[in-house]
Amino acid sequence: MIEVSCRLVRPRFVLDASFTAPNGCVALFGPSGSGKSTIVRLLAGLERPDRGRIVVDGRTLVDTEARIDVPVHKRRVGLVFQDGQLLPHLSVRQNLEYGRSFAPRDARGVPFDAVVDLLGIGHLLKARPATLSGGERQRVSIGRALLAAPRLLVMDEPLASLDAARKLEILPFIERLRDEWDLPIVYVSHAVEEVARLANTVVRLSEGRVVAKGSPNDVIGAPAGDAGEAAFPALSLVSAKVVHERPEFSVAILEHPAGEIVLPGSAFRVGETVRVAIAATNVALAVEEPHGLSVRTRLRGRILRAEEGPGPSVHVTVELSGGDRIVASLTRLAVADLDLREGREVFALVKTVAIDETAVATLRRDQAGP
Amino acid sequence: MWSFTPEELVAIKLSLRVASVATLASLPFGILVAYVLSRGRFRGKMLLDGVVYLPLVLPPVVTGYVLLILFGRRGPLGAFLEDAFGIVLSFRWTGAALAAAVMSFPLMVRAIRLAMDTIDRRSEEAAATLGASPMWVFLTVTLPLAMPGIVAGAMLGFAKALGEFGATITFVSNIPGETQTIPAAIYSYTQTPGGDEGAFRLSVIAIVIALGALVASELLSRHTTRRRAGLG
Repeated sequence: MIEVSCRLVRPRFVLDASFTAPNGCVALFGPSGSGKSTIVRLLAGLERPDRGRIVVDGRTLVDTEARIDVPVHKRRVGLVFQDGQLLPHLSVRQNLEYGRSFAPRDARGVPFDAVVDLLGIGHLLKARPATLSGGERQRVSIGRALLAAPRLLVMDEPLASLDAARKLEILPFIERLRDEWDLPIVYVSHAVEEVARLANTVVRLSEGRVVAKGSPNDVIGAPAGDAGEAAFPALSLVSAKVVHERPEFSVAILEHPAGEIVLPGSAFRVGETVRVAIAATNVALAVEEPHGLSVRTRLRGRILRAEEGPGPSVHVTVELSGGDRIVASLTRLAVADLDLREGREVFALVKTVAIDETAVATLRRDQAGP
Repeated sequence: MWSFTPEELVAIKLSLRVASVATLASLPFGILVAYVLSRGRFRGKMLLDGVVYLPLVLPPVVTGYVLLILFGRRGPLGAFLEDAFGIVLSFRWTGAALAAAVMSFPLMVRAIRLAMDTIDRRSEEAAATLGASPMWVFLTVTLPLAMPGIVAGAMLGFAKALGEFGATITFVSNIPGETQTIPAAIYSYTQTPGGDEGAFRLSVIAIVIALGALVASELLSRHTTRRRAGLG
């Protein structure tokens, strides 16, 4: 359980945020300047709230009323910075071992070799940070935080400086930390795909305040509300089971009660359940099953509602047969021409190549639902 | 031309000793003051800043005179040091070292402070989140990262201490074998008929030592940079 309730006033910025979240991965999500990084610094103890308290797993880190303020070095909050922040004068091995000697004796059980293996950095131990690539630096940074035996792992835009290929390299490691290590994680990002993939709970921030909190589907799947959030693409999350692979085409076929989903990539195991994030702009609607169309993914459903979006667009939410919702961003013209009213039966069409591979997550069993 | 007289050799040795002692003894204070000026946020920081840099802008004679008043045998600090520890500074080589240290202190602090200012504060924050107490952060992160600046500051201070003249001659006079450093010896030569040759010889030596110090500092700082870049 992570409980944050802090107020902090700075010139040109006021943070007044409160939320509680169960253990697992909590994503702080929002545009630049929304207060994500300030909350990270508050959690780590690098910043002090004017008023408020932070409790992680029953341990009070700061409580201004009770005059508790655990200093940074005693908090055991593993912080992974945006650009790694490795100590430049130390080798990779020395960086990894830096936090170890400070961890309490009984907590030093985190095995060095296991962490090095998990992150695939064994060949880098003798190198200096300056010679590493961005992805390598980030993995070392995660390893360093883990080896200090943290009670909470806080990652501040850990993938922001990386290209798509590197993101795909690191995301599975974070998933494994969440699932195999049972470490509470606070994950900060403004990339909706990462949040969709990793989070159990999403806290959406805007101008220093919590504007929404809940499951990824509830918070991210909801169409963008006021104008301030229009910068976020509406996104839907659909979970389905992999039924077979077609390696010759580099795709996997998923079974959803509403129809088949064809996914790009080949890193799937048959039988596992995955969560796919689909941007509303990549979804088209058809009022009857189309013929002679290249789009492979056709999901049957019923229109739940249509909401005005920015400019000429309308967000149409479709309730798929067998659960899940998918949002399509259409022009007002198309909605009028096809008479897309509430309750109408439609097919949601998704181009396979438009699905972002970073946004496809493997789910742990207890998240996959029945 | 190139055979040194015994007096000149004494002056060279004395200069090296005075400058080395001045540099080594003031370096810990220099690092501390630089750290406080770089990281501290407190009332009176501007005052400390001013006091540290004062010898840089004051006429050296004034600095020497202030030292004489404070550390002379009847000065408040001088009397205390003699009573308590038996240390006498006035008209001794130790006094020359003190004068050289005070005069070179601003240069030393400036170089170290600049190096500390350019350290990415997030490196220190990262170390703290990994469990390092403020003291450990200073010892294992700030100090090593500031090392090129500390080396440069020490070398600059050494070169400056070697050339210190005004405050030294005011505070401890110009006694051959005790307080007559290279600059003081050169000055004596220029005041003596036929002393040109000796003044020239010692000037060349002063240039050689100063250049040597600067080159050594450059080499050391390059070495550190190469290691950081993962080349060494």
